[in-house]
Amino acid sequence: MTLLSVQNLCAYYRTEIYGISRTVRAVDGVSFDLFPNEIYGVAGESSCGKTTLIKVISGNVKPPLKVNSGSINYHFGAYDIDMLHISQEELRRNVRWKEVSYVMQGSMSVLNPVRKIIKTFEDIVDTHERITDRKKFLERVREHINRLGLPTEVLDSYPHQLSGGMRQRVAIALATVFNPSLIIADEPTTALDVVVQRGVLQMIKDIQALSGNTILLVTHDMAVHANVVDRVMIMYAGRIAEEAPTESIFNAPLHPYTQHLIRSLPMIGERSTKASLRGTPPNLANPPSGCRFHVRCPYVMDVCRTEVPDLVPVRENHRVACHLVKEASL
Amino acid sequence: MSETEKLLDVQHVTVEFHIGGLLGGSRLVAVNDVSFSLDGDRPEIFTLAGESGSGKTTLSRLLLRDLEPTRGKVLFEGRDLSTIRKRSEFKEFMKKVQPVFQNPFETFSPLRRVDAYLIDTAVNFWMASTRRESVQVVDDALRNVGLSLEEVSRRYPHELSGGQVQRVSVARALISQPKLILADEPVSMVDASLRMEIVNLFRKLRDEQKVSVVYITHDLATAYYISDRIGIMLRGFIVESGPVEDVLDQPFHPYTKLLKESVPEPAPKERESWAKHIELGTTEVKEYGRVGCKFAGRCPQVMDICRQVDPPDTQLGLRTIKCYLYRDN
Repeated sequence: MTLLSVQNLCAYYRTEIYGISRTVRAVDGVSFDLFPNEIYGVAGESSCGKTTLIKVISGNVKPPLKVNSGSINYHFGAYDIDMLHISQEELRRNVRWKEVSYVMQGSMSVLNPVRKIIKTFEDIVDTHERITDRKKFLERVREHINRLGLPTEVLDSYPHQLSGGMRQRVAIALATVFNPSLIIADEPTTALDVVVQRGVLQMIKDIQALSGNTILLVTHDMAVHANVVDRVMIMYAGRIAEEAPTESIFNAPLHPYTQHLIRSLPMIGERSTKASLRGTPPNLANPPSGCRFHVRCPYVMDVCRTEVPDLVPVRENHRVACHLVKEASL
Repeated sequence: MSETEKLLDVQHVTVEFHIGGLLGGSRLVAVNDVSFSLDGDRPEIFTLAGESGSGKTTLSRLLLRDLEPTRGKVLFEGRDLSTIRKRSEFKEFMKKVQPVFQNPFETFSPLRRVDAYLIDTAVNFWMASTRRESVQVVDDALRNVGLSLEEVSRRYPHELSGGQVQRVSVARALISQPKLILADEPVSMVDASLRMEIVNLFRKLRDEQKVSVVYITHDLATAYYISDRIGIMLRGFIVESGPVEDVLDQPFHPYTKLLKESVPEPAPKERESWAKHIELGTTEVKEYGRVGCKFAGRCPQVMDICRQVDPPDTQLGLRTIKCYLYRDN
């Protein structure tokens, strides 16, 4: 049973300035499934469509972003929703924060700088469920905070009094207060140091183990994916290049882009020269024909320039979009 | 070694900031008795690594003479930076020491074309007397980073990719033919597939242009990849320094050990041990205000003396360690 099923999703930014229209194809034909009780990673460079994908699946579609085709279906136990046809009111009341919550990169912008942390909790809880008994509410928040291993004092602090790592953990605590089925974490540790990053990611893993929900972790850092997620999707220029369990991605990457991403990572204890890819990430307003990676690919063939490769299964749970890779008969 | 042979010599530098109002408030020692030096005859890449709030950037501001130390001094080619007073002297100094910043898109004004910016830099540093000459100077600098004036001319920063703008930013620093480049997190904003390009560029500059680089970062993996020596900073102290292979392959200081362990390996083989629980510092100011070793609150091998007096520097081969554990060797 899937938690979320995304089929052939296309989401474009369409702008029109002085009669010149421009379409940025940020998400172009993406299909994937999320299952309950897993940590799923999305990797890719900036402007490969990661954030647009999250926006669309969490129901934050505002012009100039528009969903052109595809479907997004959630199954929360007995309650199913179609994200593209849900009313804003229902989304706000029953889905957002209760079933699908969101942890952003800069926790500073989530927390109100002039209000104590407990007030921010109050604001969020009150928006979704009226607080009738304040004592009970405080009890509940304290219990929640302690369960996540944060000291109770943070509730009476202002955001600036906390360190960056603590703020990010408070943001995660806020996102999990209703125990949602899906937590989307967009680059949750990018601004943090390695030691703090480790602490925050450990907390995310703990929460997942504790409540068995699903986490969608978006980051460009392949090393984080290697240590945290169960399955990874590699995005390139608005499309899925490869999707597989973490072990397979790192031990036997099939797409040339994935291979490069993994081989170019510097490691402590190894100083051989690492090359970078030629060219630059494509402009999504005018993407290359055929396989979007062909301009930078070291193994480019004639067929890559004209034909778009399909995302085909090669092994169980392992899908690749590359002309070099033949579809396996499963 | 005599002082004149050294390119950069930082001697027991301390910077204190005052936090709070006129009355009361507290002192924050952002850089605490830091010493290191770079040789003049042999270019090298020296990395300063540490968490945010460890004093890396304050130290880099000292080296750029953007900030005066509270105590101690910084010598560049034997001259104390605090004796630079005249504008012309400062300009001479700036010609030799150039910065590269973290975000390439903030380095350049978004409203100006990058080539105009580069030509202005060349003229301002008297690298060329006429515009035509300056074109040549700029083109040479750009070729050093694998670009050419043709590629960037009449382009605004947003029309170039992140990797390209960062390379232009390095080229800008190279125009005045500096002896030292101070790179503060130069790759953290650059895309993964382009990152190694910039990192390799610093290696090339050291080997071909004989430019020394002070590389400031929190990314130990790239530090290991490019640098010759490394200094690990913690709350204003350099707690361990030495050749990068020694320090990171076999760290001595408990903090360096924790730091190295926390770098996620880009391979899923050590998932279990990486997910083991660690102690995190509560707030930054608390650790700064701690008496004695700043790591005492989180250190697994903490002793009584660690909480009382700042640990002294201990020399161990090529390495310097600030820790009581190694006091007797």
